[in-house]
This record gives sequence, structure tokens and C-alpha cells, in this order.
Amino acid sequence: MVHVHITDASVTYQGVDRRVHALDGVTLDLAEGEPVSVIGPSGCGKSTLLFALAGLVPLDGGSMDVGGEQVAGPRLRTSLILQDFGLLPWKTVLANAALGLQVRRHPRAERERDAIAALERVGLGDFLHTYPSELSGGMRQRLALARALALDADLLLMDEPLSALDALTREDLQGLLLELWHQRKHTAVLVTHSIEEAVFLGRRIVVMTPRPGRVASIVDNPDFGTAGYRDTEAFYERCAALRRLLADEGALHVADGLTGEAETDVASEAVRR
Amino acid sequence: MISTGRKILGYVAASAVLLVGWQLLAMLIASPALPGPAPALTDFVRLFVPALLPQLGYSAWRVLASVAIGTLLAVPLGLVLGRSPRADAVFAPLVFLSYPVPKAVFLPVLLVLLGIGNTSIIALIALIVFFQILVTARDAARQIPSGSVTSVRSLGADRWQVFRHVVLPASMPDVFTALRISSGTAIAVLFFSESTAGQTGLGWYIYDAWGRIAYSEMFAGIVAMALLGVVLYELIESAERRVCRWTRAGR
Repeated sequence: MVHVHITDASVTYQGVDRRVHALDGVTLDLAEGEPVSVIGPSGCGKSTLLFALAGLVPLDGGSMDVGGEQVAGPRLRTSLILQDFGLLPWKTVLANAALGLQVRRHPRAERERDAIAALERVGLGDFLHTYPSELSGGMRQRLALARALALDADLLLMDEPLSALDALTREDLQGLLLELWHQRKHTAVLVTHSIEEAVFLGRRIVVMTPRPGRVASIVDNPDFGTAGYRDTEAFYERCAALRRLLADEGALHVADGLTGEAETDVASEAVRR
Repeated sequence: MISTGRKILGYVAASAVLLVGWQLLAMLIASPALPGPAPALTDFVRLFVPALLPQLGYSAWRVLASVAIGTLLAVPLGLVLGRSPRADAVFAPLVFLSYPVPKAVFLPVLLVLLGIGNTSIIALIALIVFFQILVTARDAARQIPSGSVTSVRSLGADRWQVFRHVVLPASMPDVFTALRISSGTAIAVLFFSESTAGQTGLGWYIYDAWGRIAYSEMFAGIVAMALLGVVLYELIESAERRVCRWTRAGR
């Protein structure tokens, strides 16, 4: 698994009608196999941080280093999981899961074998030839995960992957994410709007300021990953503390007109150039 | 999905309604220029093998070749224009200036340059289909959700792979809609160009029968042309079912 060093990273890009200063001097280190949650107000550059780590948005200051190499473009074993799952509706479940391997020109038999193994791991082994539109939201998210697993990703970048799901499905998938992490010990950056999710899935929780995004504080979460953590007193206390911290940052009051979704769109706009 | 049986039943029912309407109209107008379905269909059956079939062959070959050429040229170009702001800046003004020009007026030019016959007819229909598909393909490519492109790019896809896995399949449903509309235009232009420039094809046959005041033969030709239109439309439908299987999923 890889370590990640982000040093003084800044991103400015041309938005639809103005220049957007999205990230300002973000410094963050992730140890090998460390899962980190990132939380902050809407429009704080969380998505931009992920897109930059995925090599899709260039930095205009500072550096990002994944596994000892500067991020200069998409990296083979980094997997980005998007809010809308990033699935292609015209490809079957199997073809979607195998897409990363296909793009990397793995032979057909090999990529199908790896994709099927990944799909079985997330419980989609019986749906190989269906299309994403025939799956429920939770199943689609499992498919997005399977694509990352098929690539044997050692760095998972997740941009509010569960925000579109209902509460029960979300908890179910949070459990799956944790279970997969326990099995694989991959490095992960999870951007989320949910305080509980951030605490449940992050060994550390990074709180960001409104745009331009800076790291406001980093909260340690030593009990992360312990059995039944969600039901413990410590979990509730951690959530309450994080909520207070966000309130202090103004995250719970600030309405700067940008929803999380709009931010992703703007960041995608930057990618397109 | 509609089964083949139900589809044929639908065509039979629609044909019956049309035939009744035709008969009523013929009785109402009572002119030799509008014979009823009975004499027209009798001639259609009588003339089908000796006279209509060879002309149908010419017409079918022309319309298939021209629609294929127009589509195969327009789709890649339209998709590139839709995805590349730089190419679009250069070519879009050209396209939008020439799009409203009725291409049929170029038939005389084509006849002079390419001669009377297949080549100029195919060139004219291809030109018209080309523009209709080009504009649609360009718009379809522009409307592709950025998330689809981003997710494939994050997997390390190069430009060609983004094109192949995202841009092309995402635009296909719109392209097929345009193709269906174009098929009607293509048959109309086929008639126009065959009746003007040639001694072969159903368009020429209909025009020739009109000149000989052989109205029931003329209508036999019209029926044959309508059949050609239906077959073309069904070909496009079945191609779409194959290429865009995913649009029928989840319904």
C-alpha cells in the first residue's frame, strides 16, 4: 500500500465564468494503508483535492506525492469513486467492473476473471450481464467499488460515494467499505458531508475551511475500525466533538451558494480543459 | 420489447386503415388521377417482378449507400466537433452557414460534375443525410455528463479510449433518432433526384408512368416506394436495438 504526501498544494482554475481559487496551501500526510475522512462546508474544495490526487486537475503550487512519485496524471493503482458512481449506463455490470483493466489493455480473459472476482466480493456475482439502470442505488455503488477492487487499487479516492443512498443502504455500504479496508488495508481518502460517516470510516478526520479550502484541523480517531464502534459512547462523543468543530468553522451556518454537487461540476469543468 | 408478431399485426392494421381511407378518398374525388387501391394493387402484383423489382433494386442500393456514407462521415466528425472546442470554433460556423442551404438545389451542379446516374444521386442524398446527422451528433456529444468522462479519464483512458467508451456509445441513441428522421428525407430526395436525373429507379418509374398517364402503374410505383421506406426504417430500428441495447434495460 502507498503513502501520500500533500505539501502546500494549491489549485486555481478557470470556472464557468470566473477563476476559482479552490485549494490554498493544503498539507496532509497519509501513512501507508491509512484511511482518512475529509469533511467541510460545501464548496470547500474537497472534490478538487480528490481530483488533484487522481491526477485530473493540475496544481499551481506545492506538490502531491503518492507512493514516492509526483502526481502528474492518472496513476495505475489509484481509483476515483464519484458521487454519481461514474458508471457507464451503456456497459453491462461486468464491462463496467472490467473497464479499468480494459483501458489498461489487460487481455480479455484476464480482465473478466478479475472483474468477476471483484463483483463476487461485493455481492454482485449474479448480475454480470445486467445494465446499471437495472440496479438499485446501493448495488450501483457496489459496482463502483468492484471496479476499484478489480484494479487492485492501493489508493481509493471517494467523493461522497454514499450521499445519494437511503440511510439503511448507506450504513450497509459503510460496513462493506470498512470490511474491505480490514481485508485489504488500502490507503483511502473519503470526502463526505456526513459527520457519522467521517467518524466511522476515518482513522483521522480532516476538517476543511470554506473556499479557498485549507486544512482547519485534523482530528484523531484512535477507536476507528474497532468492532461495534458505531454503538459506543466514544463514537457519539467523537461525532459531537466534530460537530462543534465544524460549527466553529462556520460550516453549519455558511451558505455560500454552492452545493456539493455544483462543486463537483465546477471541478469537472477544470478537468475538461 | 415489442414482439415481431405484434409489430406485423400493427403494420397489417395500419395498412387496412390506410387502404380504407384511400378507397374513400378515391370514391370522393372520382378522378382517373387517383385510382382506388384495387387497380393500383392489382398492377403492383402484376408488375412487381417484371417492372418494379429492378427499379426497386436501383433505388434501394442508392438510398442504402447514401445513408451509410452520410452517416459514417457525419458521426465521427460531429462527435469530434462536440468534444473539441478548438475544432468546433473552426468548423461550427461553416456547418451552421451551410446547414440551412437546401442541398437539393445542388443536384444540377452534381449532375454536371458527376454525370447523370448513381453517383450524383448517391452524392446528393449522402450530403443531406450528412448534415442532419452531423448537427445531431455534435449536440449529443456536447451533452455527455462530465462525470462519465471524468470517471473514465481517472482510470487512465487516453483521448481515443474516452471517445470509444464514452462519447461514441453515449451519443448513439440521439444519432439513431436523427437517422430515423433522415430516412424519410432520404426517400423524398431519392424520388426527387431519380425523377430528375436518370432512367432508372422507382422515382423515375413513377414519373414515367405519370407521363404515360398510366395512373394505376404510377400508384404501384408509389406503393413500392412506401415499402422501401418502411424497410429502411425497420433496418435502422433493428440496428438501434443491437447497438443501444442498454436504453431498453430497466424499463
